[in-house]
Amino acid sequence: MANPKEGFEDHLQALEKIVEELEQGDLTLDAALARFEEGVKRLKTCRELLTKAEEKVKILVRDAEGELKEEPFESEEA
Amino acid sequence: MGSPGPSPSRVYRVFELQAAVRDLLEGEFGRVWVEGELSGVKRAQSGHVYFALKDEKARLDVVLWRSSAVRLRFEPEDGLTVRVRGRLTVYAPQGRYQMEADALEPVGAGPLQVAFEQLRRRLEADGLFDPARKRRLPAFPRRVALVTSPSGAAVRDLIHVASRRWPALELVVVPVRVQGPGAAEEIAAGIRAADARGFDVLVVGRGGGSLEDLWAFNEEAVARAIFAARTPVVSAVGHEVDVTISDLVADVRAATPSAAAELVAPDRVQMMGGLRGTGRRLARAARALLGEGRRRLDAAASARAFRRPLERVHEAGLAVDDVALRLATAARERLRARGEAFERIAARLDALSPLKVLARGFSVTTKGGRVLTRAADARAGDELRTILADGEVRSRVT
Repeated sequence: MANPKEGFEDHLQALEKIVEELEQGDLTLDAALARFEEGVKRLKTCRELLTKAEEKVKILVRDAEGELKEEPFESEEA
Repeated sequence: MGSPGPSPSRVYRVFELQAAVRDLLEGEFGRVWVEGELSGVKRAQSGHVYFALKDEKARLDVVLWRSSAVRLRFEPEDGLTVRVRGRLTVYAPQGRYQMEADALEPVGAGPLQVAFEQLRRRLEADGLFDPARKRRLPAFPRRVALVTSPSGAAVRDLIHVASRRWPALELVVVPVRVQGPGAAEEIAAGIRAADARGFDVLVVGRGGGSLEDLWAFNEEAVARAIFAARTPVVSAVGHEVDVTISDLVADVRAATPSAAAELVAPDRVQMMGGLRGTGRRLARAARALLGEGRRRLDAAASARAFRRPLERVHEAGLAVDDVALRLATAARERLRARGEAFERIAARLDALSPLKVLARGFSVTTKGGRVLTRAADARAGDELRTILADGEVRSRVT
C-alpha cells in the first residue's frame, strides 16, 4: 500500500490519521484490524527512514557549457 | 559744492577683487571641517551634489564633487546633520563664496548605520518586511540550499548540525562571496539560481564579522532577491546581535548558521521518541477496540435474548418431563385399572373356563376335531378323543 514516492512526512501523517480513527472507535472490528495492520506498516517505514543515514551534501557549480550542476561537496573538516 | 571724498588708493576690477578675496579665503582657511544640517540637496546630472549647510543662524553653500559623491555609503538627505570637509573658495561668475567639499559624513552615527536606517525605512515602506507575507518552513524538508561561502566556519557548522539532526536531508551549497565589492550581486544571483532549482528551503548567510564585513547582507539587491524568492528563506548572518536587512526580509531569521540548521532540519532523535509514543497509542487503541469487541460479544452472549431460548428449551423440557410423568402415571393408573378389571374378567372367565368344568368331572369328546354334542353322531368304529381335566383318552365306539 505505501507509495515509494511518499516521504517521511506522508507516512507520518497517514499513521497519525490511522491512530486518530482507531481512538475514535467508530470502526467495525474488521475495519479496525485492517487499519491497525496498515498503521504498523507505516510505523515500521517511519522508523526505517529515520535510521537510514545517508548524508548527501552537494555544491552548485557551473560546468564548461555554463550550465548549473550539483556535484558532491567536500567541506574542510575542522 | 562739497568736496569729493579722498581718492581710493586703488580701484579694483571686479574679477580682481573676487580673486583677491578667494586667495584670502583659501590662504586663511585652507581645508576645514564644518558641521551643519543638510538642506536643499540636489544631485546634478553631472554627478556633483549641491546643497546648503545650515544652522540656526547661518548658511553655507557647498558643492560635493562627483568623485567624492560616488564613494558615499549613505544617501545625503535633507535634515541630516553632517560634517563636511572642503576648501572655501569664490565662485566669481556669481560673486558667491562656497565650499568645495571632498568628504561628507554623518554626525552621531557612522555612514553605514545611516545607510542601514535609510534602506530599512525605504524597504519597509515598500512592504518587504510585511509579517503577513512571511511563509512557514516545511516540517520535513527534503532539499535545502545553502547560499554562503563554501569555505569557513558557517558552512561547516550548517552542514554538521543539519546532518546530525536529519541525515537524509539533501544539502546543496550555492557558493558566493560574502563580502567585498560585488558580493551583494553574487548573493542575489545565488538566491535566484537556488530558487529555480526546486528546494524546500533556502538558507542565506555567513559567519560573524564587523558591520563592514556583513554589509553585503544589508544591500538592496540581496533584499529584493530574498523578497522575490518563491522558496521560503532563512537568513543566518553573523551573530545574535547583528540584525541585517536580509534578516528583516527573510521568512525566518536565525541568530547564527547553527541555529539555522536547527530551524530547518527536524531532530530525528526527538522524532523517534514521538514515533514510540504514536506506536503506543496505536497498540492501545487496537487493544481497546478488541476489548470493546469482546465485551460486546460477552454482553450479547449473556443477554436475556441469548439465554432465553435455552431457558425456554429448559422450561419446555421441564414441561415435557412433567407431562411425560403425568402421562406415565396416568397410563400406569389406567393399566392398573385395566389390569384389575382384566383380572376380574379373567377370574370370571376362569370360572367359566372349560378346564374348570372338566375339573368337576365333565369331559369334552371330539370326533375328527369337532366336538361331539349328540350321541347319534357317534357311529360304531368312530375314533373319539375325550379330553378330561388332566389329559385325553382315545377310544373307539363299539
